[in-house]
Amino acid sequence: MEFIFNLTPLIPLFPLLAFATIVLLTHRHNRLSSSIAIGGIALSTAFGWTLVLATILGGEHAWVEGWQLRVPWLPAGTTVLELGFAVDGFTAAMLFMVPFVCLMIFIYSQGYMKLGQPDQDPRYARFFAYISLFAAGMLGLVVARDLVLLFISWEVMGLCSYLLIGFWSFRRADSEHHIDAAQVVRARQAALKAFITTRIGDVLLFSGIALLYSYTGTLTFRELFRPETLETLQAISLLGMPAVTVIALLVFGGAVGKSAQFPLHVWLPDAMEGPTPVSALIHAATMVAAGVYLVARTLPLFIAGFAVADAPALHWVAVIGAITALLGATIGLAQDDIKRVLAYSTISQLGYMMMGLGLGSLVAGIFHLLTHAFFKALLFLGAGSVIHGVEHGYHAATHGDHAHTEHFSPNDMKMMGGLRHRMPRTFVAYLAGALALVGIVPFAGFWSKDEILAEAFHLWRADGALNLPFWVWLAGTLGAFFTALYMGRQLGLVFWGEPRHAAARHAHESPSSMTVPLLILALFALLFGFVNAPFLGSPLHHFMGDVHEASEVVHAEAIPFNVTVAGISTVLAVAGLLLGWGLYRNYRVGQVEPFRMILGPVFTLLRNKYYIDEFYRWAIIRPVVWLSEFCFNIDDRWIIDPFVDLVGAAGRAASDVARVVDSVVIDRWFVEGTAQLFNAAGRWLRYSETGYVQNYLLVVAVTILLLLGLYLYF
Amino acid sequence: MAIPLPWWLTVAAALFAIGLYGVLSRRNAIGVLLGIELMLNAANINLVAFWRHITPQALTGQVFAIFVIGIAAAEAAAGLAIIISAYRRRRTVVVDELDTMRW
Repeated sequence: MEFIFNLTPLIPLFPLLAFATIVLLTHRHNRLSSSIAIGGIALSTAFGWTLVLATILGGEHAWVEGWQLRVPWLPAGTTVLELGFAVDGFTAAMLFMVPFVCLMIFIYSQGYMKLGQPDQDPRYARFFAYISLFAAGMLGLVVARDLVLLFISWEVMGLCSYLLIGFWSFRRADSEHHIDAAQVVRARQAALKAFITTRIGDVLLFSGIALLYSYTGTLTFRELFRPETLETLQAISLLGMPAVTVIALLVFGGAVGKSAQFPLHVWLPDAMEGPTPVSALIHAATMVAAGVYLVARTLPLFIAGFAVADAPALHWVAVIGAITALLGATIGLAQDDIKRVLAYSTISQLGYMMMGLGLGSLVAGIFHLLTHAFFKALLFLGAGSVIHGVEHGYHAATHGDHAHTEHFSPNDMKMMGGLRHRMPRTFVAYLAGALALVGIVPFAGFWSKDEILAEAFHLWRADGALNLPFWVWLAGTLGAFFTALYMGRQLGLVFWGEPRHAAARHAHESPSSMTVPLLILALFALLFGFVNAPFLGSPLHHFMGDVHEASEVVHAEAIPFNVTVAGISTVLAVAGLLLGWGLYRNYRVGQVEPFRMILGPVFTLLRNKYYIDEFYRWAIIRPVVWLSEFCFNIDDRWIIDPFVDLVGAAGRAASDVARVVDSVVIDRWFVEGTAQLFNAAGRWLRYSETGYVQNYLLVVAVTILLLLGLYLYF
Repeated sequence: MAIPLPWWLTVAAALFAIGLYGVLSRRNAIGVLLGIELMLNAANINLVAFWRHITPQALTGQVFAIFVIGIAAAEAAAGLAIIISAYRRRRTVVVDELDTMRW
């Protein structure tokens, strides 16, 4: 069995090769390109699942110790920077989810980008190249044995995220496809915003990695998390804290950026400007989960700080997670764009994962990551299908009549309504995703969210006081209520009631290349929770719970099923769902929103996303603009440019002098003078050359006579 | 008895001068060629005369003269060929009129 693991490096390699092939060779052939991309990811899925099976069959040793491969990568002086691949229970759990969700989304993208239809996306092949590269990055991250490969993959994904969010920034404004110029600009700005915002986190992460390497000389997880190494890191003091805490906080900074945690969450909603499969793949299922994965992978660093000082990194993870979970869920209540609601939902769910990890429970966080990947990918793809259907409905309703200048956005939930009759398969799948997200028994989200809440509840009861786990539990439970509320609102607005726009009235079901992946994912949303269901003995716990056992600081034990916690959250979820659904089911255009009537000014606050974007604009962007204007003035108006101009003017004057010297002295006197001299000489001398042979002979004879005379005379 | 050397030399010098005059003054190319022949034969007379009066035991003078005669024949052949060729082209053998190379 062991030899199967040698195939691990191939898993990220297939999509990478697909990317290279498409970009270099087949980018002119659309169908071939997407087939190559799908083939690559299908191979990765096959290999990935083979490895998962091998790990499961490998028993305790394969789950905890795992397998690894070292690759000397960058010889630098006396040390060699290594990277490598490793598979253990944790990696295997991720390998089950990542390539499969990618595969579903790749297949769906074929339909979404309208392969073979007249309005097929003009950069179709390029899209598949980008998502293949992205898949290579994500798979590389999952199978990384050390922070080197992890960071490389991390940055590859960052690049792909940027390229794909801005994928439509090169479109021309075009009334036929209702692409207005503002939308193109928004895509461009969203791409930049995502890249720059995550960059803040990436710099922190890189500093953390650099510190780790300078203190320990290694970046391999297994070596970093040896008890001796952790003790060394605890003993070093840095900025008044143990170095391990500082490093953990820096690493967490990277995760905050990538996983869109407060306060760096602002990029994720804007990232919805990208094509919907991208939102599903990158901004819901995989890349944003990479931050959570990173924290989970380096969990011993977070917990090791706990052992020495009591203001450690782990608390920050829990606090930030709880804030983010509540923040995202509440903003989601007041958005109109179907994808933006899901984006805030994603932010909020990522907060839950961080909460789970912040309580020190690897399995709770990762279990939620896995279930969330399935049902959130499903929800996004469902939203894409809805948008697709409504867009077609709009075309059918207007009959290609482009005199229409009214504003129409296919993403606006208030323009939809009653779609459950028109798009039945999408509706069923979407409903499954929504129930999983809200956490209704027996859908996947119930088990994973419940585990996080139960963990918090357990830690609270174990202590008794109103400690951190209590507040985390409270935030999580409230968040669950809000989650149910906004999903109820969304379901009511999109699928129930009467169509509120001609586009929704003419909407129809999407092609099967889109609905089949939806239904498959819906199956997972329904069933995947059982992999860690308490009544089955929490299999996932045994499978991946002990991967950090060797560090001697992480101790995972399955929390028993808690009826109180599950009861409270289920009651709140059902209540929220029914409330949101009931209030919005019969919503009519022009009516004041029910939530606005209930919440009043708070609704405005939520609708404007707590004014966080405005605050950043005021506190960060404005000073930066000032600074750049100041620098511009120094450069362009006051100092640098005038100096440059002066140097230029001096140069011109000097060259004028040089030009005169050159044209008069050199050209006229030396060059032309010499030529004229020889010309004149030649003109005079040619009279001696008569061309008559007898003349020459006469000269010869006379000369000989003269010479003879001279000879005889002397 | 034998004619003394200065007489031979005088005759040869006269012949050479006549030849040179012919070469320099004749306008017909064939005349120029004839002048050259005279000058060559003047040289031959000198060679034979010097052999006879100074080194009669060595044959070098005579041999040299024979060489000159042979080369003169060749030269005449080549010269006449050039003249005929020039005549065919230019319809003239007057040396002053063969002025293609003149500036």
